[in-house]
Amino acid sequence: MANKNFKLEVWRQDGPNAQGNFESFDIEINEHASFLEMLDHLNEQIMNEGGRPIEFDSDCREGICGSCGCVVNGAAHGPERETAVCQLHMRTFQNGETITIEPFRAKAFPIVRDLVVDREAFDRIQEKGGYVSVNTGPKPDANSIKIGKERSDEAFDAATCIGCGACVAACPNASASLFVGARLKHFGLMPQGAPERGRRTLRMVHQMDDEGFGPCSNIGECEAACPKGISISAIAHMKRDFLFANLGFHK
Amino acid sequence: MSALKKILFSSIGKKYIMAISGFGLIGFLVTHVAGNLTLLSGNPDHINAYAAGLKTTLGPLFYPAEFALVGLFLLHIFLAIYINVVEKKAARPDRYRKPQKGKGGPSKFGIAGSNMIITGGLLGFFVVLHVWQIRLSSEFGSKYTTMLNGKEVADIYRYCVELFASPLTTAFYVGVMVFLGIHLRHGFWSAIQSLGAMKPEWSKAIYGLGLVIAIVLATAFLILPIYMHFDLASKLFAGSH
Repeated sequence: MANKNFKLEVWRQDGPNAQGNFESFDIEINEHASFLEMLDHLNEQIMNEGGRPIEFDSDCREGICGSCGCVVNGAAHGPERETAVCQLHMRTFQNGETITIEPFRAKAFPIVRDLVVDREAFDRIQEKGGYVSVNTGPKPDANSIKIGKERSDEAFDAATCIGCGACVAACPNASASLFVGARLKHFGLMPQGAPERGRRTLRMVHQMDDEGFGPCSNIGECEAACPKGISISAIAHMKRDFLFANLGFHK
Repeated sequence: MSALKKILFSSIGKKYIMAISGFGLIGFLVTHVAGNLTLLSGNPDHINAYAAGLKTTLGPLFYPAEFALVGLFLLHIFLAIYINVVEKKAARPDRYRKPQKGKGGPSKFGIAGSNMIITGGLLGFFVVLHVWQIRLSSEFGSKYTTMLNGKEVADIYRYCVELFASPLTTAFYVGVMVFLGIHLRHGFWSAIQSLGAMKPEWSKAIYGLGLVIAIVLATAFLILPIYMHFDLASKLFAGSH
């Protein structure tokens, strides 16, 4: 249970249109503290000295809500794979290391303050997805709709997306393709989502373009940065469905 | 028509065009290198007959085919510039202050994947130079002609001999072909992903196939300048011509 010393370079920005810059801090912290606990500790330190604490998003702190997220040492959610930044621990870093912390940067994710970005663009894309047809009436029998194991696994893997936006942050083109692809694959593969498959694809893809996200770079850094490890095969699924939907194969 | 317009103007549609034009260009490279390899025989008649044959075989379609090829190049280049310069900048106007670091694993963040615009730009510059040096000079300059089966044809062989006499030109051609290999290493896989024709279980195989295509095409192209520079034909086929 050793303590470690770090030098932090944190992005500070007072508001959406304010000029931002890095501010340096020194901190000593238990190496088993999580990254966000380290930021909490730092904020107490700042407030004790009468300063304005660093603002950052977080909620569940166990990697399932998708609230947290920042770029640590040039990597979205930090250097570890398949973790959100709340699941990152200070033992990952060397004693004495300088750690740079920046917000997710994309035109579609405007900075609100410090490390907090506005990710409502994701909500608007999701709203465009619309509804899923469900027959009303009594609760259907379990297993009355038969779905193959492989297909259900594939759809579930896509459904694990927590909408954190790390894919956008990690993409050299700030593309939201992995997020949109995951949503489309999740619903498109299920018989319950099949009736609206084409419409959903067209509307979500056009909304993604309208929000100002970039074109997919095909680099796959999004998959590496995704806390849930969602495969870029979801992006291939979206591209295939977009073509088929435009050609009228999916309604 | 409106559906087509909607496809083509979307971010996904532009990548379809990049992919399809990329495949077209790979197809062109395959036929180009096959023709070039006739230089290996060391007999000037082979390449000259191939070059003259292109014109006579295609007949009236020769110039339209050439213009279509130029169009394919321009489409690929202009879209690449639009996507990489205009759209990329628009999507992230405020860049990261600390350079981005790849997380490894499934990511293809690296020399080939991240520098398509640079390797592509160099190839574009090379194509202009190359077309100027060989294609246009044989069309308009007609400095070198030779007789083949009683007809006057452009002496492509002699152009190549003179061109690759310079060690600098030879090194430049070889260097550019290395960049071609790097471009294709990511490009082939990327084109298939862009068209949505990728299944997770094929991804590794297709990425491997991309490497094979990159190495085979780049090697087939780059051995020729070296072969011509060191006049290996006369050493290999001493006395046969």
